[in-house]
Amino acid sequence: MENKYFQPEAETMPVEEIKKLQDEKLVKQIRYVYDNVKYYRDLMDKKGVKPEDIKGTEDLCKLPFLKKDDLREAYPYGLLATDLKDCVRIHSTSGTTGKRVVAFYTQNDIDMWEECCARAIVAAGGSSDDVCQVCYGYGLFTGGSGLHGGSHKVGCLTLPMSSGNTDRQIQFMMDLGSTFLCCTPSYASYLGENLKEKGYSPEDNKLKAGIFGAEPWTEEMRRDIEKALGIKAYDIYGLTELSGPGVAYECSEQSGMHINEDHFIAEIIDPDTGEVLPLGSKGELVFTALDKEAFPMIRYRTRDICVLSREKCSCGRTFVKMTKPMGRSDDMMIIRGVNVFPSQIETVLLNNGYAPNYQIILDRVNNSDTFDINVEMGTEDFPDSPKIITAKEKKLQDAMKAMLGINPKIHLVAPKTIPRSEGKAVRLIDKRRRYGITI
Amino acid sequence: MAVKQISIFVENKEGKLVTITDAIAKAGIDIRAMSVADTQDFGIFRLIVTDPEKAREALESSGCFVSITNVVGVSIPDEPGSLAKVVSILARYNINIEYMYAFITISKKFASVVLRVADNEAAEKILVENGIKLLEEKDIAAM
Repeated sequence: MENKYFQPEAETMPVEEIKKLQDEKLVKQIRYVYDNVKYYRDLMDKKGVKPEDIKGTEDLCKLPFLKKDDLREAYPYGLLATDLKDCVRIHSTSGTTGKRVVAFYTQNDIDMWEECCARAIVAAGGSSDDVCQVCYGYGLFTGGSGLHGGSHKVGCLTLPMSSGNTDRQIQFMMDLGSTFLCCTPSYASYLGENLKEKGYSPEDNKLKAGIFGAEPWTEEMRRDIEKALGIKAYDIYGLTELSGPGVAYECSEQSGMHINEDHFIAEIIDPDTGEVLPLGSKGELVFTALDKEAFPMIRYRTRDICVLSREKCSCGRTFVKMTKPMGRSDDMMIIRGVNVFPSQIETVLLNNGYAPNYQIILDRVNNSDTFDINVEMGTEDFPDSPKIITAKEKKLQDAMKAMLGINPKIHLVAPKTIPRSEGKAVRLIDKRRRYGITI
Repeated sequence: MAVKQISIFVENKEGKLVTITDAIAKAGIDIRAMSVADTQDFGIFRLIVTDPEKAREALESSGCFVSITNVVGVSIPDEPGSLAKVVSILARYNINIEYMYAFITISKKFASVVLRVADNEAAEKILVENGIKLLEEKDIAAM
């Protein structure tokens, strides 16, 4: 039985009621965080804000921001608001400078998150009639678990494939008649190509829709995926810090993602001044989680640049919509769905005896990211053997893989050959931009 | 005793060989022998020249990435079986040859062979004991 909404009372709540609900939840949540998270209490005290100063969402701007650096500094338990015995799970983001962000979940946190994912699946046309093939990675990454949980909540027959092993993915897709697909957009493209190579046409599979996220993609890619698989392709947005995928999701309109405003308040700020910008402005997206118990997030700066809008949506949902992220306000790159910071690459280079003179070259070939790093050798004599140089490249590549979670192709180059601007090597050439991919 | 070989790290880009050969020509240095080892991304251009130190300076000031490697040089009669003899001596003593290349000069009845091995001294000692004539820097300059 197909429903239009997973939780209609929340998803179609009148805007005034959303505001009222957010006001009430915010006042409680700030008191809860102030009492239970010393790290954030110190930030509030430093800013001279007390919980009683927060009477509703208008007062949100008085509160201090949380940044990724705070999460690193508070690693691992500094932002935990509950006893560990009340937590049931940990997830983690891909790391930065050796320290990953770890997020904790109580059972209520997991339920909230999975309900958000369930809303996304239903908004994309999913129901208990569907066979939902989840080929996001399972494990510390939130993609697999989030959509898996959402699929269960909707009542889909869930196929927990995890990522990789494309032949098996295709075999199960065809033999078990998957109707709904959850993975990264680049993997969806890859599956499409593989199906074609195996001689299947788009009509041969039973898929009708898919939810694709965790990496930037374009409208062009959406059309390609829809054509190759014969489906409707929907976007989803989320962060491990806030729960995981499902913070926002697309509806049948496919024109922006509805933010689950009963659980999250979204603000757009000027990334330089921190000033809150009016609705419709382009700026950095900031989230306050209203219900999280284990790992609360108040005014968390996502570093994603986007625009919010509250025009009436034909799907009937009243939640504010966000555009696809249009860029980053920091130097983070998203490569094959994994967050990569230049600082991580520098750490690996220094640990392996190289100076941080490198250049990252990103491109997209057949809808999949290519990731190359040119690294300058030291000025001392180089080994007079391609075998040894290639072995050194391989060693560095393995160290990068261990730090980043993805494999770059390393190219050792002669000293002082990477172009410099103002004495500093030009760090990044992102050729993906020519396809309209902005992060 | 060893002979100095110039190795130049060359990225697979247009014009790189021009830079190298120009630099050597302008410094008035003769190339006696060369060999190239390459991979998909880069190559190592190896040269035996009349004046390795001067070549290094000239190349480095043209922006080339250079290192000098000691290699074993031998002078053998330019006739069938000579090279086989050298190689079999080394094989008998379990000395691995990483790479080698040979060159002949017009006026003499001898061919020269450059050998890259892990332990130059050991290889040289064995070759001399087996009656093989080694090449020296001054031989190359005088060729």
